[in-house]
Amino acid sequence: MYYAGVDIGSTAAKTALFENDKLIDAFVVPTGWSSIETANTIKEKIISKGIKEEEMKVVATGYGRVSVPYAHKTITEITCHGKGAAYLTGEDCTVIDIGGQDTKVITVENGMIVDFLMNDKCSAGTGRFLEIMANTLGVDIDTLCDLAETGGDISISSMCTVFAESEVISLIGRGEKKEDIAYAIVDSIISKVASLCNKHSEGTNYYLTGGLCECDYIVRSLSEKLKSPVKTNPMARYAGAIGAGVLAQKIK
Amino acid sequence: MNNLPKAFDDFSEARRNSFIKVKDYKDEGEHIVGIFCTFTPIEVIYAAGAHPISLCGMSDETIPDAERDLPKNLCPLIKSSYGFALTDKCPFTYFSDIIVGETTCDGKKKMYEYLNQIKPMHVMQLPQATDREHALSVWKNEIIILKERLEEEFNVKITDDDLKKAIKKCNEERIALKELYSLSKICPPPITGMELHTVLHGASFTFDKDEQNKKIMDMVEQLKEEHANGVRKVEEDAPRILITGCPMGGVADKLIPIIESNGAVVVCYENCSGIKEKSRLVDETKDPVEAIAEKYLNVGCSVMAPNDNRIELMSELIDEYKVDGVIDVILQACHTYNVETRRIKEFVTEEKDIPYMSIETDYSQADEGQLKTRVAAFIEML
Repeated sequence: MYYAGVDIGSTAAKTALFENDKLIDAFVVPTGWSSIETANTIKEKIISKGIKEEEMKVVATGYGRVSVPYAHKTITEITCHGKGAAYLTGEDCTVIDIGGQDTKVITVENGMIVDFLMNDKCSAGTGRFLEIMANTLGVDIDTLCDLAETGGDISISSMCTVFAESEVISLIGRGEKKEDIAYAIVDSIISKVASLCNKHSEGTNYYLTGGLCECDYIVRSLSEKLKSPVKTNPMARYAGAIGAGVLAQKIK
Repeated sequence: MNNLPKAFDDFSEARRNSFIKVKDYKDEGEHIVGIFCTFTPIEVIYAAGAHPISLCGMSDETIPDAERDLPKNLCPLIKSSYGFALTDKCPFTYFSDIIVGETTCDGKKKMYEYLNQIKPMHVMQLPQATDREHALSVWKNEIIILKERLEEEFNVKITDDDLKKAIKKCNEERIALKELYSLSKICPPPITGMELHTVLHGASFTFDKDEQNKKIMDMVEQLKEEHANGVRKVEEDAPRILITGCPMGGVADKLIPIIESNGAVVVCYENCSGIKEKSRLVDETKDPVEAIAEKYLNVGCSVMAPNDNRIELMSELIDEYKVDGVIDVILQACHTYNVETRRIKEFVTEEKDIPYMSIETDYSQADEGQLKTRVAAFIEML
């Protein structure tokens, strides 16, 4: 039997594919403007791997979870990220998921989600914030992180993404170095995420999931801010999909 | 015959039906007193021969009007209520002869200064804590001042006997409602959280309390009978939720369906329209003013600092109602409840050892998607 976890996020749609309890594949496609169309693209991709629809159980998650017509069940991304992180680490942890439109902190004990906190309805401290600021600087997110590594000394004080963007524009206008502005942008998001973590509770064994997991600089600055090591894994961007795939195995 | 659906409808229509009733009363020369809060000693209003009616705004319709005079980052209940008074869109506010408020939270007491320019207003000065001996005597004096004001306004004399009758009448309503909400102690409850809210909420907008008590007792009998006959509205294993926090009239239609459509059931409301005010009766054996003062001073609202009464009540309710998880509903910019979330979280998760979640929301639909995810994840966790 095959099990698929489909995580339709606001920016990227991730899929994790299991054969029984073994993770055999994971892939990502952009979400685009239509979640249903994206879900169908994912289904075609799975079928092209020689898996028949009737020999597969699907759990959909993410904000587009209701738009996956072939899903047997929908489960929230909070539960799935927790389960996925538990699958990847195999230990108790505090999951930090920096998503496209929200950031979550999830406490996992014995493979179960016991508590979580989500950011307010605001894009500060989310992936969207980085994306918009990277656009303003005319670079992609990876380059932004690389630039930030060699910068320093300035900070952005606006919490609101729209105001922060005008703050960045005035920094550009003032002739500040791109590296320093990039540093300020990353510092702003890391501070916001860390304050969410502190509000959540005393975290142990932090584990970063989501699209920023491969960005070393983000992981390092988050560790410094939290004064505690933050672990991650290149597969952590698929944590939601993996968690959904794990939960699909429970469908009778 | 099962007339439960109609009985529930009566309560959900209670507010609208009272719009007409309130006009009839006015035409007959009766007096209407607008109120906002569970601290208002409604016994004194009844004793003055007047009808109390809740003016708490529950819709975001009038918020833009209110923001002409009030800051944007203020609780939606305060803005909505003020907006309704400003625009004459609420018949209850419009027909109120006088409005009674209390110095509860900062937002409300400052708003009352402006409301006073629109309608005759009487503000009671509420002590900020219960632990000083003088708190009770201050509150007793305030009740006497209210009594004198109403006597003057309506040209009546309120006797101890009038007060005692009113106390009895209000206690009867509390007892009837308790019969109903206590049904949710049963596992699974014979009544859904939405139905329970409809009745509790509707009861703050009815005038004929004898008729209401009878309706409620009939409802209780029918629900018991249905349950005995094996009717199950709620799944046996549905996680049992206690809702606490701010008044939720303006967010109930958004929030309760999200909770209950995700497989959980609200079994207890420890908030303004719920058990918070109703659980304690006014002592019928004491001096009426003293008894009224004692009862209302001990309402476990977050405007009290410290607010140990809330913790005590919640502790009992969590045990009695076999609660699996607590959802603390915070209206945006409600500082007292929002600050208190930390204490409540610690109490619920550490002392009662069950999951807790706080939700900050307002009267708009803007956060519905995010609320769905949060609440669903919370229920998945239980």
